[in-house]
Amino acid sequence: MKKVKADPKGVLTGAHYLDGDYALAEGALAAGCRFFAGYPITPSTETAERFSERIPSVGGVFIQMEDEIASIAALIGAVWGGKKAMTVTSGPGFSLMMENIGLACMMETPLVIANVQRGGPSTGLPTLTGQQDMMQVKWGSHGDYEIIALCPDSPQECFDLCIDAFNLSEIYRVPTFIMADECVGHMHEKVVIPPAEEIELVERKWFKGPKDKYLPYKPDKDMIPFMVKAGDGHRFHTTGLTHDERGYPALNAEFQEVCVRHLVEKIRMNADKIIKLEEDEIDNAEIIVISYGITSRVTTRAVQQARKAGIKVGTIRLITVWPFPEKRIKELAKKIKAFVVPEINYGQIVREVERCVEGQAPVIHIPHCGGWVHDPDEIFKAIKEASK
Amino acid sequence: MKEEDHLEEKNPMEDLLRMDRIPHIWCPGCGIGTVVTSFAEALRKSKIDLDKTAIVSGIGCTGRVAGYVKLDSFHTTHGRAIPFATGLKLANPELKVIVFSGDGDIAGIGGNHFIHAARRNMDMIVICVNNFNYAMTGGQVAATTPTTANASTAPYGNYEYSFSLPYLAEASGATYVARWTALHLRRVAKSMQEALGKRGFSFIEVITPCVTLYARRNRLGDGLNLMKYYYEKSEIQHGADTRTVDISYQGKLIVGKFVDKEKPTFLDCMNEHLGKVLGDKYKSYGVSHE
Repeated sequence: MKKVKADPKGVLTGAHYLDGDYALAEGALAAGCRFFAGYPITPSTETAERFSERIPSVGGVFIQMEDEIASIAALIGAVWGGKKAMTVTSGPGFSLMMENIGLACMMETPLVIANVQRGGPSTGLPTLTGQQDMMQVKWGSHGDYEIIALCPDSPQECFDLCIDAFNLSEIYRVPTFIMADECVGHMHEKVVIPPAEEIELVERKWFKGPKDKYLPYKPDKDMIPFMVKAGDGHRFHTTGLTHDERGYPALNAEFQEVCVRHLVEKIRMNADKIIKLEEDEIDNAEIIVISYGITSRVTTRAVQQARKAGIKVGTIRLITVWPFPEKRIKELAKKIKAFVVPEINYGQIVREVERCVEGQAPVIHIPHCGGWVHDPDEIFKAIKEASK
Repeated sequence: MKEEDHLEEKNPMEDLLRMDRIPHIWCPGCGIGTVVTSFAEALRKSKIDLDKTAIVSGIGCTGRVAGYVKLDSFHTTHGRAIPFATGLKLANPELKVIVFSGDGDIAGIGGNHFIHAARRNMDMIVICVNNFNYAMTGGQVAATTPTTANASTAPYGNYEYSFSLPYLAEASGATYVARWTALHLRRVAKSMQEALGKRGFSFIEVITPCVTLYARRNRLGDGLNLMKYYYEKSEIQHGADTRTVDISYQGKLIVGKFVDKEKPTFLDCMNEHLGKVLGDKYKSYGVSHE
């Protein structure tokens, strides 16, 4: 993995007062993203607006496509044209992108998609928050594959995780998602953008060998194949079909196993390296609250109340949601009294928690239909109930 | 011919094809192969840098072309070859980008991308092999199936109006529009060569027989017969008003070069406009290569 410093042209060093959507655009520019294709959709549009305003002076392309299907297709093309690329959307647009997210996985194309989630299903609540696409991001496209998904809980983290997302996507040649939500996307807070030389980026894993020797899908020692870009003279082929290491279609069960197993294992076997959690007072905890995104900020208040009331409560904030921190939850399930899982949906990530807990402790879900965040009291009551 | 001589014999297109993928999947009598032959000839004659030439296909019989041509080649999703090609071109403007796909891909599921790429005058060539039906899936009715023609999902004949693709392309903003039949080998190659030498959105439609499905279902004889029939039924009218070139079932086919004009491309417009508005702050994107 070759690390490089960020190009100062894209880095707006300083302390700013930005909303999460703008911070996503700044994170992308700092990460070296020079191609953005998107379609306006509330509550993510401000990222596209910010990018379109900033990119002419940085050097790159913004294009507003005819729909989200075209946006993600253009992204994949742009990455194979040699650029780092990003798009931003919300629920309905995310649904439209699903087929080509599968293509990006199959072609092992590094790119970043941010979903500023709103309430669904369908048109739902365009301007109000939700966390209802957490399973869709994992399973939404057909077939077996793995992706990486990160969850920011502040504008600062929109910036920081955008850089992480680009780096992870390059390391693993995989689409990487930033699963924000309307609250975080529209929240204005202080965002500190460091100097370019303090931002470490992962360079694409360029193939440096002779022209007739490039195999786009031959795994390297670290499982990840090398990349080239169109125009380098390799005259390579890539397809959405099940393929061999040359990228040629290989339509049988034997190659299906090699190809799909690789897509899945390159993430599963590196899960420990990918997963980032924020834990607080876990060691003596009887109750652990697991949350992510805006819900983790609401949780903070409830946890303060609970601690005042003398309850031993710890928290885990899922910065990485996918791959899921299976090992850690399994380990903790043996030691604690109960888990509490608030999220703005009717039961998504809680199912993963339940799967990992394997019945060793109660898992108390606090559902929310979307449109607003939990009342901290609801979470506090659940903690109190669990501690009895 | 002695056996050794036979072994020496090489396909003249060999350097342009992925010979390790031959034989191809197309049916005997299918027109796609002849269109690929014309394309290979056009590539050779145009003397463009093949290392800087990329081909993008969608899904379907013609969607397999990208898999056989020895260029940087992308076999993408159904209908999305054009937006994929848009990203490819914009990311690396020094590339010559060709979309090679079928009527279902380009005019059916991908119709919206087609009109928008033409509207933007995106610098790419779209070659559409029109065989009047969805062949890969078994001969279903398409947006291009002539009215009354039979298809597997129009078993009593098609009662919808069909697209006239040259008209659609021109109305949407294409700067080069031509239509031929598969048997117009040299004319197809010439049009492709002209398009390869141009900048802007070029569209070439090639009418081909689908011998296994469309021809059999409509009792139109074998592939070669139908190819000849299309050829004989065509009337060359260069510069024809594209409003008059629609296709009827087994009727006359107006072919030729309908549109050939110059207009700034998407990137020309972007650079010119941003340069004007932002002044020295703006450095033209991808210009040294264009």
